[in-house]
Amino acid sequence: MAINTKRNNVLPGFNLTLGFTLAYLGIVVLIPLSTIFFKTFTLTWAQFWAAVASPRTVAAYRLSFGASIAGATVNSVFGLIVAWSLVRYEFPVKSLIDVMVDLPFALPTSVAGITLTAIYASNGWIGGWLAPLGIKVAYAPLGVAVALTFVGLPFVVRTVQPVLEDLDQEYEEAAATLGASRLQTFVLVIAPALIPALLTGFALAFARALGEYGSVVFISGNMPMRTEVVPLLIMSKLEQFDYAGATAIALVMLSVSFVLLLGINVLQRWSSRRLAA
Amino acid sequence: MAGQSQREPQRPGAADPPWVRRALIAIALVFLALFLFVPVIAVFAEALRKGIGAYFAAIADPEARAAIRLTLMTAAIAVPLNVTFGVGASWAIARFDFAGKQTLLTLIDIPFSVSPVISGMLFVLLLGVRAPLGALLADHGIRVIFAEPGIVLATIFVTFPLAARELIPIMQAVGSEEEEAAMVLGASGWQMFFRVTIPNVKWGLLYGLVLCNARAMGEFGAVSVVSGHIRGQTNTMPLYIEILYNDYQFAAAFAVSSILTLLAIATLIAKRFLQRRAVPAKLEKHDDLAVKVAA
Repeated sequence: MAINTKRNNVLPGFNLTLGFTLAYLGIVVLIPLSTIFFKTFTLTWAQFWAAVASPRTVAAYRLSFGASIAGATVNSVFGLIVAWSLVRYEFPVKSLIDVMVDLPFALPTSVAGITLTAIYASNGWIGGWLAPLGIKVAYAPLGVAVALTFVGLPFVVRTVQPVLEDLDQEYEEAAATLGASRLQTFVLVIAPALIPALLTGFALAFARALGEYGSVVFISGNMPMRTEVVPLLIMSKLEQFDYAGATAIALVMLSVSFVLLLGINVLQRWSSRRLAA
Repeated sequence: MAGQSQREPQRPGAADPPWVRRALIAIALVFLALFLFVPVIAVFAEALRKGIGAYFAAIADPEARAAIRLTLMTAAIAVPLNVTFGVGASWAIARFDFAGKQTLLTLIDIPFSVSPVISGMLFVLLLGVRAPLGALLADHGIRVIFAEPGIVLATIFVTFPLAARELIPIMQAVGSEEEEAAMVLGASGWQMFFRVTIPNVKWGLLYGLVLCNARAMGEFGAVSVVSGHIRGQTNTMPLYIEILYNDYQFAAAFAVSSILTLLAIATLIAKRFLQRRAVPAKLEKHDDLAVKVAA
């Protein structure tokens, strides 16, 4: 049991609030989460392996990881440009953009899913332009990447933006005074300060994309082996009451998520140390 | 464009050449237009494609009304519970030091890193009729999975960290001096809480509530696993959108979507106003205090 170590604290309510916090955490999160481990223990090794390493599952891993990396990469490049523009430049619709960047956090994923599908279908506003060029977005792996780019969009912007705001421009001026070109200044002075935040944003966008379901289910077309991401595969196993198979795959994905969570914690500590230094 | 350069900070050494500035702004705008603005416009364009009459007919449909009612009811249960938890957790974490605090913070974040589908699945494994606990409840006539209680539970799980995560840093930034003063002056714990703590964090509290509510009303994946999709009964708005869409009732699907899109936009605007108010005024006060003490 945790013990309050702050001495001479006149404030009341420690036992009450911590007790309530732990009880609620236990009931809402930890007990449900523990079921997945208990369920996994009821599987034989062969069952587990058959579920997590079948060709259909491996194809789903490949698409999930590939499209998530693609989405997070696109977001890293464009998110950096968006954050840079928001912090360093003035332009007409800036405050509107600053508000709208968080839209993918606030918009329900099923709304995002059907909307992106409508836009990128071959008769949609953007898909209609791409179809004659032979580019198929909706109902193809590219559509999955588009949906995962959408859901991860705010992460890089929102992790890089505060770091850029705190970045002292005196270093850039010093570099310019010493004869560095603007590009040299960016690569040698600004970029090193941004890298921890950029990596954190990438990891957050990637982690979010890996688990995403709602916005992908409509645009992907859900063809096994081709456009089926891991959360969709888990869903279809649940619908067939194959709880053992679903649990095994979920355990693999949970492990990946927790490793990412730890990595993000390390990155964030690195990032804040950089900022403090 | 020329007039804007005057509003740029006058730091020639740290300024980008004008063509770089224009190019970067243009790239940012095109990217955001493609991924944010076109989708928002598309929701409303598709919703009104069959005319305003069809739009309102879609929203007034009995099944749509049932979905709206279930969504409101789910949020009305999940949001107060999680906000109460957020207040309790932020009090314990921001006001006291104890062993394992960092671990507790990590545990609170867990639902953020669990895929929505897996979140829903946890409750099927725990309370489905094939699980011991679920079978016990079923014997007493209580259905959780493929019924409303499952939807509420999954929503509580998914929105669990939101209010706590917003309140902890605000509670830390506001500081405890005023609360300590209230206690020293003889206030009871609850008097201090309602007259000092709550007024101090009220904007942050409201923001946590808004955020939690938006997510609770919009959750799709987790709820989809536990709902069973019984029409007019266990469909929330996001699930109803899926059903309409799969029935090729596109205009109706987008009409219901437009309500949730307006909710999302309202949430973003509320965020803009509440986040700014949540901390700064308080911090300035403490800066003054620090200056006076130092003098």
